[in-house]
Amino acid sequence: MELLEIFTSAGIWGAVLRIATPLIFGTLGALICERAGVLNLGIEGIMTFGAMIGWLTVFNGGDLWVGLLAAAAFGAVFGLLHAGMTVTLGLSQHVTGLGITLFASSLSYFIFRLAVPLASSPPTIEPFQPLVIPYLSALPFFGDALFNQTAPTYLAILLAVILAYVLFRTPLGLAVRMTGENPHGAEAQGVNPIAVRIGAVMVGSALMAVGGAFLTLSAFNSFFPTMVQGRGWVCIALVVFASWRPGRALLGALLFALFDAYQLRLQAVLGKAVPYQLFLMVPYVLSIIALIVTARRARVPQALMQPYRRGER
Amino acid sequence: MRLERRAHRPLVLVLLAPVIAIMAALAIAGVLIAMAGAPVLEAYRLILTGAFGTRLGFTETLTRATPLMLTGLAAAVAFRARVWNIGAEGQFYLGAIAVAAVAATVFSGWPPYLLIPAALMVGAIAGMVMLLVPLGLRLRFGVDEVVTSLLLNFVVVLFVSMMIEGPLKDPLAFGWPQSIPVGPEAMLPKLIDRTRLHIGLVIAIVIAVLVYFLQSRTVFGMQSRAAGLSPTAAVFSGVPLAKTLIKVACLSGGLAGLAGAIEVMGVKGYVTTDLSPGYGYSGIIVAMLANLHPIGVIAAALFTATMFVGADSMGRALGIPSYIADVTVSLSLLTMLVSIFFTQYRIRR
Amino acid sequence: MTTHPVLRLTGITKRFGTTLANDAISINLAPGEVLALLGENGAGKTTLMSILFGHYTPDAGTVEVAGVQLPPGKPRAAIRAGVGMVHQHFSLAANLTVLDNVMTGTESLWRLKSSTGAARAKLLSIAERFGLKVNPDARVGDLSVGEQQRVEILKALYNDAKILILDEPTAVLTNLEAETLFATLRVMAQSGLSLIFISHKLNEVMAAADRVVVLRGGKVVAERMASATSKAELAELMVGRRVARPVREAAVPGTVLLEAIDLDVGRRLSGINFAVHAGETLGIIGVSGNGQTTLGHLVSGLARHTGGELRLFGQPINHTSVRSLIEAGIGRVPEDRNEEGAIGEMAIWENAVLERIWEFSRHGLVDRHAARQFATKIIDGFDVRGGTPDSRTRLLSGGNMQKLILGRNLQNRPRILVAAQPTRGLDEGAIAAVHTRILEARRAGTGVLLISEDLDEVISLADRIQAIVKGRLSPPIPAEQADARMLGLMMAGDWPQDGKFAHAS
Repeated sequence: MELLEIFTSAGIWGAVLRIATPLIFGTLGALICERAGVLNLGIEGIMTFGAMIGWLTVFNGGDLWVGLLAAAAFGAVFGLLHAGMTVTLGLSQHVTGLGITLFASSLSYFIFRLAVPLASSPPTIEPFQPLVIPYLSALPFFGDALFNQTAPTYLAILLAVILAYVLFRTPLGLAVRMTGENPHGAEAQGVNPIAVRIGAVMVGSALMAVGGAFLTLSAFNSFFPTMVQGRGWVCIALVVFASWRPGRALLGALLFALFDAYQLRLQAVLGKAVPYQLFLMVPYVLSIIALIVTARRARVPQALMQPYRRGER
Repeated sequence: MRLERRAHRPLVLVLLAPVIAIMAALAIAGVLIAMAGAPVLEAYRLILTGAFGTRLGFTETLTRATPLMLTGLAAAVAFRARVWNIGAEGQFYLGAIAVAAVAATVFSGWPPYLLIPAALMVGAIAGMVMLLVPLGLRLRFGVDEVVTSLLLNFVVVLFVSMMIEGPLKDPLAFGWPQSIPVGPEAMLPKLIDRTRLHIGLVIAIVIAVLVYFLQSRTVFGMQSRAAGLSPTAAVFSGVPLAKTLIKVACLSGGLAGLAGAIEVMGVKGYVTTDLSPGYGYSGIIVAMLANLHPIGVIAAALFTATMFVGADSMGRALGIPSYIADVTVSLSLLTMLVSIFFTQYRIRR
Repeated sequence: MTTHPVLRLTGITKRFGTTLANDAISINLAPGEVLALLGENGAGKTTLMSILFGHYTPDAGTVEVAGVQLPPGKPRAAIRAGVGMVHQHFSLAANLTVLDNVMTGTESLWRLKSSTGAARAKLLSIAERFGLKVNPDARVGDLSVGEQQRVEILKALYNDAKILILDEPTAVLTNLEAETLFATLRVMAQSGLSLIFISHKLNEVMAAADRVVVLRGGKVVAERMASATSKAELAELMVGRRVARPVREAAVPGTVLLEAIDLDVGRRLSGINFAVHAGETLGIIGVSGNGQTTLGHLVSGLARHTGGELRLFGQPINHTSVRSLIEAGIGRVPEDRNEEGAIGEMAIWENAVLERIWEFSRHGLVDRHAARQFATKIIDGFDVRGGTPDSRTRLLSGGNMQKLILGRNLQNRPRILVAAQPTRGLDEGAIAAVHTRILEARRAGTGVLLISEDLDEVISLADRIQAIVKGRLSPPIPAEQADARMLGLMMAGDWPQDGKFAHAS
């Protein structure tokens, strides 16, 4: 029963939170965009750019938090680009998003290569250290399992709670939801759907970039091309799985991370017998399964992917 | 200020759109080059001479354009029917590995005139299967094929990696992860000796013309366009929607799979996990630059290949990361979207 | 009324491209007044109201509420000044609750908490006062159309509207619901609200309004007190000329062409019976959303019956497809021309032949020459204006698009014509043209199944009438016995279960 013993080690639960963090940021970011009616397939590239620019900021002497902020700021800029094309002009959200992904990732590689010439081992930075919480971190088992994380991880969880509150308990959240369901209705009640969408995409993209930056500033300590590895697409699937609810997005990301952490441990146990590639496929296959399970049941924001132009119905 | 839909799209604008888009992308890339401290005009000149200035460069550009034409066509036929095939990269790899699996084993000993078509067919079928999965999920469960086809790209690349480190591993490759070679009989004839340019270019151009004919003259072409433009109206008109989309997916996936097969059989002779520098994704850009027109795909693929080949040599000469090519090409997708938009709308005050 | 107007529109002008949608329109509205804005589709009514509400910025002219000029293009300012609008296509979010829908935009966006409790109390008290009962926590998508309209009105009242604008408020209501609505509007007017309702239906304008302003071609052409005018006068003012709809002559019904016996389609249609004879028109009247769409799809080859029997020319048929029905000689006019009837981005010739592509192709190749000829024949024969066979279909006006759809079906003299909502959204001229074609086909022996929500249309075209209510069909009554009141009852589901007038067939 070696396979089940994995769950009794505190290490796996710590790993779950660590793996989940970028997914939580990314999923919440995509969720905000989609609640306002915009599918943001720029996520993969925006995460890559966030990872790069966050790392580069710190590498050049910036504080770790400044690195996260830089990622958020550039994420918002890419969000503005996406919104300018899909919201203001009403272009295809699919194609624009892919274009942003291709552009943002190649631009990241370009800037990174320019700043850091090719070296045999990539340069590193001093990443976030686990935050010691008095008493809690010292608890047996739970201390290591839950309270041995870096600050951004706690931030991600807090963010899910805040987002749930904002969406369902404040006028701003209502305006966002209305815009995603029926922008004409929002306009009729004096809410400017164009402004709401642009704002939502910028904020959402900022979160995506922070998710990417977590990879280089906390999970690892260096940047390398293709390091985001499809996490952005996984987030898009998780949003559907979560039925566009922040709480469920948090749960979905954790559940997903649990599978991922488990397959990593399993690799160590079964490594010889089973090709490692099969384990690496798990996240992608899981995402597809999650989509299949939830696709028909999900209550999609009614105006998702529908451009809004004043006076056109 | 407001946007107003044009009643007619002026043909001049439609033809100018990609030119303007590319100019804009090059201009923005120029800013990046300048920021990197290199002379911009010199860089442009080096890109052109790198891509066309020498026999080697020129044939290399055409060699690179070949898979791009096919993946570009794959995206163009799919997008026209609103099948969002973003999985060309995976289809490309599956087509390639399928060829590697059969060419020197199942088809071993076949004469080239049978072996080559058969192997190409196997590659195409592998690509088809790979796209039928996400399309099937859409038709059966209502799952958006964009995300599934993207996710499957990663699965396929891992599968290829598993194959070339496992059952299809080349025992003579000194431990490098690469597949067994397809063998000399399966290699496509060269177009020009002592270059990498092979007959795949001709195949790609012929296919582009065939696709154009298929789309503009046949019932399938008309029905698939109707299915893309308005599924409800197509169904009302008796267009068999699912069947049409499946045919489109077979064509699109088949083309991407064929691209993989041709790349293996034309250039490398074996499969590695860096066989494609993102041909599947670049195909989307090629298709959009061509405004989904099959003949336009030929030109758009040439532009994209020019950028990749030219930027490589420019980068080496000026010390600029060759990623500038990816930046320019992906930028041109964004600028193209905007310029297509202005063929359809005008700004009114 | 001599009090100061609560609303004054002065010289409103709005141009879209080359069309002048509003041409120097000036209108006043007195407190407590019910004003009807009467006009055909395209007369400029909706544009005018969108300007008043701040959706559009006018090219010239001003809007004053209680003597204060509104800034142009600012819906929020209009709402704050007390203008409420009830849209024709409801501006509701189906996935949100009634309370969410009502509260949107009522609070400053940057407040840290929505005052849900206070909002609920206010909503309930307004609902109480005007007799508009709702459950604040119901999901809007689960409500009936009538209830949804109530939510629309409550939304406006919640914003303390003093002026309420209703855009074609009865378009989706049953007669009974419409009567209730107008009673509610009366109560509102008596309590001091001023109302404008937009309509092209003469009956309700005469019944509900104090004053009528008639718009035509973007201009105010007349203004009448409702008590001092007549339907006939208003009709002529609205259309600008006398447009007579064609008159139906007596039918000579032939054999039964299409017959449904105790037919079910899933749960959408249950146990329906009808028979279409050659040379007659069977009218199916009903309020939208009662199963008409499914019925239309069934006889168009898009839906299959799950129980009972469908007989075509006396033969039971089980496997219908679009092609088999077209080949059998069924012409089909879909209820939504833009969604189902034509593809705007395709050429006219393509839309002409798409549904019968096998007649215009060989070995999978489209015979473009023959297809263009077919399209030319339709354009000439059915007076389709505004396009050549090669131009994009979206450039056609609604009426011309409908003529194209009718033409492609009638060109080959179908034995049965299924016409679902054939004149929805068309102006009088186009309606007359469509009606003429349908009557011509009937005279030539085609059996017509007319599915419509328009009472006038059914009364003027159909020889026999059945009502559709919640997926069931009433027994038929002969048109001669039908009047608006009786049909209204039938549409409300009030018919004898023993089929009292069944023998009328």
